Amino acid sequence: MIPEIGHFALVLALFVAIVQGVMPIAGATLLKPIWIGLAIPAARLQFVLVALSMICLAYTFAVKDYSVLYVASNSNSQLPLHYRVAALWGGHEGSLLLWAFILNVWTLAVTFFSKGLPALTRARIIGVMGLISIGFLLFLLTVSNPFERLIPAALDGRDLNPLLQDPGMVFHPPMLYMGYVGFSVAFAFAIAALLSGELDATWARWSRPWTILAWLFLTIGIMAGSNWAYYELGWGGWWFWDAVENASFMPWLVGTALLHSLAVTEKRGTFKAWTVLLAITAFSLSLLGTFLVRSGVLTSVHAFATDPERGLFILAFLVIVIGGSLALFAWRASSIVRGGGFSALSRESFLLSNNVLLVVAAASVMLGTLYPLVLDTLNLGKISVGPPYFDAVFAPLMAPAVFLMGIGPLARWKKAELPELVVRLRWAFVVSLLVAGLLPLLLGRWTPMIGLGIFLAFWVFASSLQSLWLRLRLAGVPLIERFKRLTFAWWGMWLAHVGIGVFILGVTIVKGFETETAVRMHPGDVAHLSGYDFVFDGVTKVQGPNYTATQGNFRVNKNERELATIHPQKRLYTVQNMPMTEAGISAGIWSDQYASLGEPLGDGSWSVRIYYKPMVNWIWGGCLLMAIGGGLALSDKRYRIKRKGHQVDGVAA
Amino acid sequence: MKRLLIIIPLVIFLLVVIFLAVGLHRDPSEVPSPLVGKPAPAFNLPRLDDPETLFSSSQMQGQVWLFNVWASWCAPCREEHPLLLKLAASQLVPIVGMNYKDQREKALIWLEQGGGDPYVVTVSDADGRVGIDYGVYGLPETYVIDKKGDIRYKQIGPFTEQIIAEKILPLLMELKAE
Repeated sequence: MIPEIGHFALVLALFVAIVQGVMPIAGATLLKPIWIGLAIPAARLQFVLVALSMICLAYTFAVKDYSVLYVASNSNSQLPLHYRVAALWGGHEGSLLLWAFILNVWTLAVTFFSKGLPALTRARIIGVMGLISIGFLLFLLTVSNPFERLIPAALDGRDLNPLLQDPGMVFHPPMLYMGYVGFSVAFAFAIAALLSGELDATWARWSRPWTILAWLFLTIGIMAGSNWAYYELGWGGWWFWDAVENASFMPWLVGTALLHSLAVTEKRGTFKAWTVLLAITAFSLSLLGTFLVRSGVLTSVHAFATDPERGLFILAFLVIVIGGSLALFAWRASSIVRGGGFSALSRESFLLSNNVLLVVAAASVMLGTLYPLVLDTLNLGKISVGPPYFDAVFAPLMAPAVFLMGIGPLARWKKAELPELVVRLRWAFVVSLLVAGLLPLLLGRWTPMIGLGIFLAFWVFASSLQSLWLRLRLAGVPLIERFKRLTFAWWGMWLAHVGIGVFILGVTIVKGFETETAVRMHPGDVAHLSGYDFVFDGVTKVQGPNYTATQGNFRVNKNERELATIHPQKRLYTVQNMPMTEAGISAGIWSDQYASLGEPLGDGSWSVRIYYKPMVNWIWGGCLLMAIGGGLALSDKRYRIKRKGHQVDGVAA
Repeated sequence: MKRLLIIIPLVIFLLVVIFLAVGLHRDPSEVPSPLVGKPAPAFNLPRLDDPETLFSSSQMQGQVWLFNVWASWCAPCREEHPLLLKLAASQLVPIVGMNYKDQREKALIWLEQGGGDPYVVTVSDADGRVGIDYGVYGLPETYVIDKKGDIRYKQIGPFTEQIIAEKILPLLMELKAE
């Protein structure tokens, strides 16, 4: 009965979505107040219905109802409760329901935090989000119904993919989707603005916090995914340029460009058409990412379903949404009023160059991701594009972008003076150059790539310190006052930029100085790697809820002193008969010691892979700093909701 | 000029769509085997029904035959099994089975419960060595091997009625005539 309620709620939600998608937009054009007034109640009702549907599916998982096909395919009676609930988004149908649900969460938030907007604009935004929702609900109800019954019921479920049975996987998809779908708000606002022809500073000011929030979630989502790959796949890698990773990275790159472009549009009124295009592109890439993952057009560890029927549906949906918005853009963009001019040397031009670099980087990632498909389509053979391509293309694009990132915050709007910038940044430049030359030598190895990485990281640190210093140096005001003058938004920007530096430093050091070895170890053997001794104390059997594991016991010593014990496991998930590795990691700020258990070699010895990963946690630390920076920017005074009084104008204060 | 510029995103997108649309009808898991056209790797393995006796691939020399890799732990193999039985019943082509990384008892029970044994002989590759020679990566896999002992076709994943009718049967006719 419960699954039918969930199914029925989805059907109702579709009808409500149609009302929400059609009436307010038509009403805004024909000026019918009643139609316009439908926007908010419809959006909230739709949220309730989709939430109900989610709860029904979660309940079905919780009570182990294996008469529902999706539940039987993605869980098992021995699966612990938290994984049974997370299994909700462990497969194709459930992930789509999660997508639709998160779209409704964002729409609901828009209905609450948009009171400062003109009623017409608001109706159009909610309408556009309703139209997107129609597509996803139709997709769910026609070819991806999570409530489909299985008759006769299965005795037990086929279990959740063991790869996904991990705490990281519980949070990774919702975070990622919050990011993907969050770009729909800026997108809806851009479409609403194109429809009405009113593209002013309001839309930029209003879109900014939403975009920051979406970007923040996406950053955390990608970080969680990369961290998961690091400890779960057992190869010590943290990014594989896999098609699905790329699918999440492209919206991130364009979203980052959008953030900066919105800032310019808000402050200076320029870049309007470009910003609209970025808003459309960021969301389009999110949809494209969904298409790539769901349609099976590319193979990947993440692909759940290879089903041309579903693929065709998503493709048609893409054509309508993306094609429609780009056509609207082509039709309307020429009427966008140009903003004020700026000189070739100004903060605007630095931001524009960075924007272009980010977009080109996203395009090159897309090229690498789709190239195999294009060749196959043209019957030119099957190939795969691997990390060498991405490394070769990405670094040269990002290096100038990061260099400009150091200059941008110090340059004046409209027109900056080159001599002034040179004076301001000469010490930062000299210091980073010196560090880049000397630090790798101290660590024992200098290559051009390591030198470049260290230079860029310290360039970011030094120029950030310089810009902080310039802000604090104002004469005649006490230091504490000067601190107070710095807004949260500025600190957010500052911290996010420092995060980039931390990230680059982590990547450079781990790529340049990591070591690994594969050894045959008998209990009592010691393996030596980069000054660490790994003592193997044999294996023990461990029984998990739905797996059996062989656990290796290692002691990590340095200079005869015991630092940690690590326990890599080799698990066998009994239902799917699938072996999994679970790395043993002793994590630290300066390095990780990482071991993963291979195969038993008879006579009690095992093949073991051991890695030394210096500063690898800085990679995720950098991402975390970026996310915190986003959070700081969001908590800036001007976005705070006024709780009392009549000046309730939501985020658009 | 500006008009032209703002149409570019739309044009790029439409190009991508064309490729995606065509790409949808291709199977990304279809990887051409480097072994097609090359001699099938020779093996000499114990028979599943009688581990004391060895069976060598050279014994099939001079015939067109199918080499099917399966395991009791492989769910799609079960799906494919009735088709293999039908093919065997037609007496068109001998099928040699290779039981891959499996336990003998389980494999025998599997054959018994699956409705019959389509194989003229089944060998067991318990440690997967021969599987490595053949580049086995997803079960079931089936190889069509000609009279000279060259691999002429490789099927990854289960057979379907359509694949047998459209690809295998015509190929068998052709190879037998060679």
